[in-house]
Amino acid sequence: MWGWLRSDGYSWGFYARVVLKATVLFALCNLVYALTMPLPLLSSFSAYSLTGPRTRLPYSNQPAEAFSLTTTNLDAMLATHTITRPKAPDEFRVLLVGDSATWGWLLEPDETYAAAINAANLSVTDKQVQAYNLGYPVMSLTKDLLILEQAQRYDPDLVLWLISLESFPPSKQTFSPIVQQNAETVGDLLGDYDLSINESELEQVPWWGRTIVGQRRLLADWLRLQIYSVGWASTGKDQVISAYEPRRSDFDAEGLLQFEGYEEPVTLAYDDLAFDVLAAGIELTDAPVIVVNEPIFISDGQNSDQRYNSLYPRWAYDQYRTLLRELADENDWLYYDLWDTMSPDTFTDNPVHLSPAGAQQLAEQLQNIILEHGEEF
Amino acid sequence: MTFDLTTIGILFTAALLYSALLPPQWRGWSLMIGSVVAIYWLQPLSQLRYADFVLPTATIALAVGGWYVTRKPDDDEQKQSWPLDMAALGLVLGLVVGMACFRYIAPDFRLTASRPPNPLWVAVGLVAVQAPLMASRRVVYGQQRRTLMLMIGLVVLLFVFIKATPLVTTVSYVGRTLTGQDTALAGSVDFTWLGFSYVAFRLIHTFRDRQSGLLPALSLREYLTYIIFFPAYLAGPIDRAEHFKQELAGVPEMPRLDANRFTIGTGRIAVGIFKKFVIADTLAIGLSLNPALAEQVNSTVGMWVLLYGYALRLFFDFSGYTDIAIGLGILFGIRLPENFKRPYTKTSITTFWQSWHITLSNWARFYVFSPLSRGLLRRKPKPNPMLIVLLAHAATMLTIGLWHGITWNFAIWGAWHALGLFVHKQWSDRTRKWYRGLKDKPLQRRAWNGFAWFVTFHFVVLGWVWFALPEVGQSLTVFSRLFGVGN
Repeated sequence: MWGWLRSDGYSWGFYARVVLKATVLFALCNLVYALTMPLPLLSSFSAYSLTGPRTRLPYSNQPAEAFSLTTTNLDAMLATHTITRPKAPDEFRVLLVGDSATWGWLLEPDETYAAAINAANLSVTDKQVQAYNLGYPVMSLTKDLLILEQAQRYDPDLVLWLISLESFPPSKQTFSPIVQQNAETVGDLLGDYDLSINESELEQVPWWGRTIVGQRRLLADWLRLQIYSVGWASTGKDQVISAYEPRRSDFDAEGLLQFEGYEEPVTLAYDDLAFDVLAAGIELTDAPVIVVNEPIFISDGQNSDQRYNSLYPRWAYDQYRTLLRELADENDWLYYDLWDTMSPDTFTDNPVHLSPAGAQQLAEQLQNIILEHGEEF
Repeated sequence: MTFDLTTIGILFTAALLYSALLPPQWRGWSLMIGSVVAIYWLQPLSQLRYADFVLPTATIALAVGGWYVTRKPDDDEQKQSWPLDMAALGLVLGLVVGMACFRYIAPDFRLTASRPPNPLWVAVGLVAVQAPLMASRRVVYGQQRRTLMLMIGLVVLLFVFIKATPLVTTVSYVGRTLTGQDTALAGSVDFTWLGFSYVAFRLIHTFRDRQSGLLPALSLREYLTYIIFFPAYLAGPIDRAEHFKQELAGVPEMPRLDANRFTIGTGRIAVGIFKKFVIADTLAIGLSLNPALAEQVNSTVGMWVLLYGYALRLFFDFSGYTDIAIGLGILFGIRLPENFKRPYTKTSITTFWQSWHITLSNWARFYVFSPLSRGLLRRKPKPNPMLIVLLAHAATMLTIGLWHGITWNFAIWGAWHALGLFVHKQWSDRTRKWYRGLKDKPLQRRAWNGFAWFVTFHFVVLGWVWFALPEVGQSLTVFSRLFGVGN
């Protein structure tokens, strides 16, 4: 095969021609790639259709151990997921959208809310409830909106949108790579729903960002994601669950009232939080959306009279709940406030992550919500 | 540090400058200087203080000692080269002390992995190690055979210490005690002696060939460059000294900026880069067997996929490195021997070993298989020929296995192949006539070859289960999963 490398008689002209041809070919490939933008098409091909799909979106900072990785190619992420399976005629398709708690941080794939709902074998309107975990470990309503928008193609019958205050501050809307790298789609959503997010915070893709060179990371991630299909199928693992430091119960006096940019309590208005993004998500979804304010850890330790947990001072969280309740009532949203429904011992490493037992308990509450409303739709 | 793309780029640029600018008569010297500098540069960082300086220095000390004891003191060529040898020795000592002077340079500009020891200590240490050897000229050359055996023993002992985890951990413990570091962190990783496996086998080759009179007279420059030639330092191939001397002799006559050489060398490097960094590294990220996957994978199909992935990864990784080494060698004017010839296409385990890591198997054939089988044949009463073949194969393959690391798994891997080679030898001895008869039956011959390939390939692939994993129990679990037992 490499016989030509053992031949003799090459000249500098030959060498230069090889280099020149390689350069021209490389430039041409990049040009054709930039013009045709084949990444979405490529991303729709997935090895997971052969090996078995994932039950949650890929996310990991330890790819080799978790057989998963963090990428921003939403098409490729969704193509690995069970959501791509054709919808059966007797299926009642429920999507769970939310942050790392919904995704199942520190939970095995069969311990997540969606998995627990599926294990319960629920039926509504003579249809089998099939829940899909579309949570993603980033606290941002805009990220949720992006996933919701993409998920419309999978024809959901019901959406459970699990939210928490940490997803609402304006600063949390555009900071994550998944939002930044899908700036075009997010930009369209901003325009379509007249959202208050500043579009200038989104990264502008330079011209070379459309070439193979510019998209090399996305292409490499796509390839790696396909390779991890074997590990996922063979082990059923997609997260490295190791020992963790439990969520804090005691809080120092310093920064006790701090929340986002505020050092002292202020009166929060609707515009201070991304309620418009929440409204946009409910509006864009054809299926009914049930908004669930997810449980938080409520501390009884030092300075807990001022702070519920490491994320939320009481003044901010209480106002958030009030505003959300008012808005839900005003707009007739289906809204459940489950903020204080879980005992402190069911939380793991942060104020929203639940233990397997806690996740099972919350899933039972979600099952009741589905059963209560399922028949209405 | 290994051959990453930046290293390859730097070495490629160095080759261009070497060819274009260097006066031809300086090329040989520059290869020695470059090799000395490169082994410090390539040595990875060690948490044990000074270890990443001491280990390459020890390599150089061993090579210089090796040269001294393999000299032919009465050979005319060797006598004539003595002044130049002393100049080379001075240059090498100067280079080592010069590398130690990086102690006074900011970390970002150091060629060493960490801050080297005081140059004065280094100089004193080098003289203290080399001087007694040089001073005992009468003993060395008066009893050269014994001295060479002693050197072989020393290299083997060092090899055992480096490759056996408990021993190297003890050495690390002692090192940490001497440097006042935390002994609780002692471990084999402190003593990653880059390239020592290859250096050791090259040294033993020269010692054995000096004993048998086959080794040509080598100047210190030739000997040292042969032992530590930087393209082949990390992953071979293991050239033979006489061939390397010939290649080195041709370096001054090499045409300046030879298009042919650059085309062939660059092409070979490009092929190597593709094999190593595209194919092997892609397979490595999750499609090849490793200890973590061995624990977690519970499906038979998944395990087979990972095992095939490992087999391919190993080949592309290793042969890719070899291609890069050969390509770099060509650019610097040295043709290194081939190490792989489509091993996975072979139809017998014997031909597999003639095409997989060829230079290592040749080394083992020359220095283990042949002497041992000859020795056994000379014994009276002569042992059973089958027993001779079995013992010779076992010793050869165990050597190859343990060369990779002194563990039960590498030993079993060696024994696995020894058994394969023995069985194949018995089989081919008994079926040779029948096989020749297939010459006129192309269809049957093709079918048989297909079957033989299938058996050979899977024998090799299953053998990798021992090679890829660190523990016997884990390997047995993988075997049971591969065959659907205990899923």
